Amino acid sequence: MSRQKTITGGLFIGMTAFSAILIVAVIILLLVIIINGGKEIFSWEFLTAFPEDGMMKGGIFPAIYGTALLVLIMSVAAVPFGTITAIYLTEYAHEKSILAQTIRFAVRTLATVPSIIFGLFGLGFFIKFVGSGIDDAFLGGQLKWGQPNILWASLTMALLTLPVVIVSVEEAIRTVPRELREASLALGATKWETIKRIVIPGSRSGIMTGTILAVSRGAGEVAPILFTGAAYYLATLPTSLSDQFMNLGYHIYILATQSANVDQTLPIQFATTMVLLLLTFTLNLTAVIIRSRLRRK
Amino acid sequence: MGKPTEKRRFEFSKESLRKKFRWSEFLSEKIITGVAFLSITIIVLIFFFVFKESIPIFYSGKKEPVKVETVHKQEQYGVEPVGRTNASGQEQYGVTETDSLMTEIQILAEDTVVYGSDEATLESLTGKQWLPVSDNPRYGLVPLFAGSLKITLIAMLFAAPIAILAALFSASFAPYWLREIIKPAIELLAGFPSVVIGFFALMVMASFFQDIFGYDGRLNAFVGGVAMALAAIPIIFTITEDALTAVPRTYTEASLALGATRWQTALFVTLPAATPGIFAAILLGIGRVFGETMIALMATGNAAMTGINPFESVRTLAATIGAEMAEVVFGDTHYNVLFLIGSLLFVFTFSLNALAEFYVKGKLVKRFQGGQ
Repeated sequence: MSRQKTITGGLFIGMTAFSAILIVAVIILLLVIIINGGKEIFSWEFLTAFPEDGMMKGGIFPAIYGTALLVLIMSVAAVPFGTITAIYLTEYAHEKSILAQTIRFAVRTLATVPSIIFGLFGLGFFIKFVGSGIDDAFLGGQLKWGQPNILWASLTMALLTLPVVIVSVEEAIRTVPRELREASLALGATKWETIKRIVIPGSRSGIMTGTILAVSRGAGEVAPILFTGAAYYLATLPTSLSDQFMNLGYHIYILATQSANVDQTLPIQFATTMVLLLLTFTLNLTAVIIRSRLRRK
Repeated sequence: MGKPTEKRRFEFSKESLRKKFRWSEFLSEKIITGVAFLSITIIVLIFFFVFKESIPIFYSGKKEPVKVETVHKQEQYGVEPVGRTNASGQEQYGVTETDSLMTEIQILAEDTVVYGSDEATLESLTGKQWLPVSDNPRYGLVPLFAGSLKITLIAMLFAAPIAILAALFSASFAPYWLREIIKPAIELLAGFPSVVIGFFALMVMASFFQDIFGYDGRLNAFVGGVAMALAAIPIIFTITEDALTAVPRTYTEASLALGATRWQTALFVTLPAATPGIFAAILLGIGRVFGETMIALMATGNAAMTGINPFESVRTLAATIGAEMAEVVFGDTHYNVLFLIGSLLFVFTFSLNALAEFYVKGKLVKRFQGGQ
């Protein structure tokens, strides 16, 4: 082989290696810079205190609380529906049937719809259609549900994270050996009994991975809740489903772009970003580890 | 099977072999099937409700006789040449009362669509100015489209080559241990919230690039584009990597057996064989960038400019919705236009996804299985 070709090859492989390493380097750089900027004022008080002085000082507890509540309600909605859809796709539907393929296409489409569209949908459907409908029908037009609140924000987020749950659970259900199902059926169990006793317990780790990934996604997304329930600043924690809430990601966005004095709150911004980044990072890492274990099995 | 002599407790008959009807089975199957329809329902509902809120725009012509004040209003703001009217403005354009009876399309065809400040029609939507909250609001979507396209182009110029080369490295050259670092790392990057990437771009990357290139505005299309590349890279990388590893081993083995080196095999055999997958990866990457809101809001400067200079500020379609929806009056024209932008975004990403799905699936199946 000619020398020139060896050089071209070396250059080519070098370029691919450089690209891969560049991505990893940027990820590490991002993590280091954010953590470096945030660690100064990061403390237990920062996590547990309320904002003070018009969010110039103090902690981010309401934002953490609001985010936690959001992902909790979201999971309650998304995980069962996602799991059932995954069960349908793997256990009931025929692989090639038009219905199953349409559902798969819908799930993939749902995963690629821009998150801001979910926000618009939440506003148009949950708040203006369902919420105002409830107000008109049961509260005599009094405005309670027809405005942004944590329930509508959580349900909007649930739609966004539904595909995440479906994909993870489906993958896990496929790892449950056929023999187990057949043994169960041969012993006289019905299809539903087999699913209940064999398939679901066997894919528990997949359901967990799906939930973790959904929570991580839901905790980080801001666009869907911009106008479905997130609030700029609240003096009290949300106590009912019709309350608005504060949110970590929204808090970062507000402090970094909308506040009067961006420079003064810079440490708070970095620390809040660090909290959100570490939260999603840890959740994703857990999911990656569980999943790689599952794959090895 | 028992011995033939053994007394059977149970006689098999056609009747006994028939599947017994069980309520629990029946219900569970129906419920599960019903829930599975949810994903389809949501897609349909999203399209319906997002589009529904933008519909009033298309009926604006019919409101004309009612909105007499808006016609007068127009006189006060005779800024743009097209909209310049005086007291006899209606006569100038040949608009009479009977026009209200005409269909919307006919009115549009007559080029007399700028009725007043409160209306958004097809004519004004294709205008070059986006000034929704001025005395004489204008809802020209052209600068927003231009902004989104510019950002997408910049982001893809960075993301596509880097992600594809990295995927090629991971699939063809990387030793096992290195691959086990790269793949999870990029999976984790996919999990970074876009608001975090936006914040990073706003606080760190903007200053960094300003030091290098020395432009004036800290926030511009370039910073936003590079930040969005970070969001698009995991998608492009993952799908490309899948496509590359799905290329049958026989292809690479045949190439290697013919005396090609590893890099020649990767570049001239594996990569071309995976083109449909890579094409899909790029399409999905474009969809991701085109609809990205938070990074655009935080890092692009959000001024609707249409120049080709990459260091100018831009305003994207998605960022416009994110920035303005919270402040609009429900049911207002501005509100409707924002929903129209949403519908356009939805249709665009939906088409990209459908194209990626069907085109690629067809191509890949044909290529690797010799046609069906």
